[in-house]
Amino acid sequence: MGDTTPFDEMHNADGSVREPYRALAQWLDEQPDKALTLMQSDAEAIFRKLGITFAVYGSEEGTEKVIPFDVIPRIISAMEWRKLSKGIEQRVRALNAFLYDIYHRQEILKAGRIPEKLILQNSAFCPEMMGLEPARGVYAHIIGTDIVRVGPDEFYVLEDNLRTPSGVSYMLEDREAMMQLAPDLFSRIKVAPVENYPENLRRTLESVAPAGVSGTPNIAVLTPGIYNSAYFEHSFLADQMGAQLCEGPDLFVDGGKVYMRTTTGPERVDVIYRRIDDDYIDPLTFRPDSMLGVPGLFNAYRAGNVTLVNAPGTGIADDKAVYTYVPEIIEFYLGEKALLNNVPTYNCVDEEERNWVLANIADLVVKEVHGSGGYGMMVGPTSTKAQHAEFKRKIEARPDNYIVQPTLALSTCPTYVNAGIAPRHVDLRPYVLMGEEVRITPGGLTRVALKKGSLVVNSSQGGGTKDTWVLED
Amino acid sequence: MLGRTAQNLFWLSRYVERAENMARLLEVGYRMSLTSRREGGASEHLVSMMRAAEVDEAFEATGRQADLDTVAHYMMFDPGNASSVYSCLLAARTNARSVRTAITIDMWESLNAGWLEFSQIKPRDVRGAKLLGLLSWVKQLSHEFRGALLGTILRDDGFAFSQAGNFVERADNTARILDVKYYVLLPRAKMVGGDLDIQQWTLILRAASAHRSYRHVYHDRYKAHNIADFLMLRPEMPRSLIFCARYIEETLDSLADIYGKREGCHEAATKLRAMVEGTNMETIFAHGLHEFLTEFIARNNAVSESLSASYNFY
Repeated sequence: MGDTTPFDEMHNADGSVREPYRALAQWLDEQPDKALTLMQSDAEAIFRKLGITFAVYGSEEGTEKVIPFDVIPRIISAMEWRKLSKGIEQRVRALNAFLYDIYHRQEILKAGRIPEKLILQNSAFCPEMMGLEPARGVYAHIIGTDIVRVGPDEFYVLEDNLRTPSGVSYMLEDREAMMQLAPDLFSRIKVAPVENYPENLRRTLESVAPAGVSGTPNIAVLTPGIYNSAYFEHSFLADQMGAQLCEGPDLFVDGGKVYMRTTTGPERVDVIYRRIDDDYIDPLTFRPDSMLGVPGLFNAYRAGNVTLVNAPGTGIADDKAVYTYVPEIIEFYLGEKALLNNVPTYNCVDEEERNWVLANIADLVVKEVHGSGGYGMMVGPTSTKAQHAEFKRKIEARPDNYIVQPTLALSTCPTYVNAGIAPRHVDLRPYVLMGEEVRITPGGLTRVALKKGSLVVNSSQGGGTKDTWVLED
Repeated sequence: MLGRTAQNLFWLSRYVERAENMARLLEVGYRMSLTSRREGGASEHLVSMMRAAEVDEAFEATGRQADLDTVAHYMMFDPGNASSVYSCLLAARTNARSVRTAITIDMWESLNAGWLEFSQIKPRDVRGAKLLGLLSWVKQLSHEFRGALLGTILRDDGFAFSQAGNFVERADNTARILDVKYYVLLPRAKMVGGDLDIQQWTLILRAASAHRSYRHVYHDRYKAHNIADFLMLRPEMPRSLIFCARYIEETLDSLADIYGKREGCHEAATKLRAMVEGTNMETIFAHGLHEFLTEFIARNNAVSESLSASYNFY
């Protein structure tokens, strides 16, 4: 890593086409002029009509944008995918074991493998969860692991996203759009399907219903409402699963049990896939000023009368400061070496490491420990001197609030831009479900930085998405 | 079904129906103001149409002059007017967004595409012939949405709530149009109407999209008695009070069947229909047309309110 030429997923160094992309390259060559331009504008119309939009925070209320979609798919070979998915499953199992331990006997702290202070004094640690027994011992049921590629065989996990990862609806709709736009491509190339995700999500949620639920569990998706940036996804998933889409006021707790208000009176709820952050789910237990949650929900959960998906308190396992310890965590609980790499991370609290970071800031990436969505971060090589100076001051003032990593040369994929087809940097978020078993949808969401040279793929910062194809053998 | 979902479906259809009615009222006001030869006549017509739309007082409070462009803008685009076409379409879409899982893709797409198109329009470009074009576009949007609904929605409780919203709104609209102009419908010694009467009657029929179908039913020239009869008591006229009242009662009965229980709203619907059933215009005129319409509007409101209470809208 650290090599300045990024890995091109479509081409070898000599310019020849890599094997997984061969059929696509041929198809692209056959397309008449303007065919891609036409596809691109058709794609935009499809997304807008379907209402697949997101709200941009800080912009005018009610403005909805369509995430740019790139019509050239990203391709992963069957072999590459097998390797990746094994590594992801290992991580997800280990992190769930870690969560169980942290909220029970805390063996890993007793063994001195992770500093106690890092966990117990971490704002993402949720003391209310101590001793609680979630169904099947699973805390994080729905996970979106962020992965970047830097070479033919080199993948790194950037973040584990164990709270309420979003974006899966784009994975599904990108495929839907692609099948409408280029049906002939699918007859030439065998692509692993992603369409089972909603069914698998439903099975996962049913499998973690509280003990004692007879018959089919009643599932609700809890959304903050139509002004949330991911509302489209909440309604999409509820619809695809045949679950009830609820806002906080649609639910209430009576006698330690959760009900929804229906036209015929109260109806019992067994599993809640909540898309509301921990802090807001229950004003009686967490933030008292929350209008989004359901008073008494946490006690109903503690009593084992309802399952919350994901469990509260999973944030401690995807905290940026805990991230460094994931290889350690995998070894401790599974007795295995980590299959996927962590990005080397500098600890600014350590004086020696901090001094090195401050001296080399122009080459590094700085992230706020609790930041997300590309906010509160700085990419050294593409930032100005003033920005370097600003982040140096920030790190000196609060070294524990930042993690620092080398700038990775994210791989590139061919992308359709104004100038024609050009390489753009991408990352990958595969979606993992964990209930009675671990299910990983082949592929995931590929985010692409549409600006030339940019390494920031977040949709809030001008990123787009691509359909992601895992080839079948 | 969530009580909130039922509420959203009810209001979704109500707002689409209202957008259509607003467009129709504005079209009538526009035509009348063009043909009015009297000083101040144009403004009077526009104000009376705003009264039928129940926005006349709010308009007056803005302190603006009731000229055609100003009124057209107020009824079409003004976000401050809760019943403007803009506000209705926005509210319909917001309700639809809240119940994406309870409506079909076709319903959503027709409404969403319509809203996106409408929100691109620059109000100042819409004048004269363009206004008429836009008004018929709004009606078409409503027809398209209703067509998508009827063609694709499951015939379950959700359907019933949406239909109730649609027809409560329509009954209210027809009753208000009649009430604003009730005096030109009253029986008079002289049976043949003058030019002015005919103009007023045409206006009433147009506002209910009934000026053509009238001929099919009556095979006669416009007469006040027939017009009132047509819009109130003819069951084949889909905007008449009796049609709406019967439809509302049937719709609520289907809810009682689905849920296996009758609620307060069923009684309210029966009371609404009882007003227009087994009566005739002579009896209604004898008791007072205005009084009758006022009572009808009140009972229609009572249906809406008891429906909210019966099925946990909130």
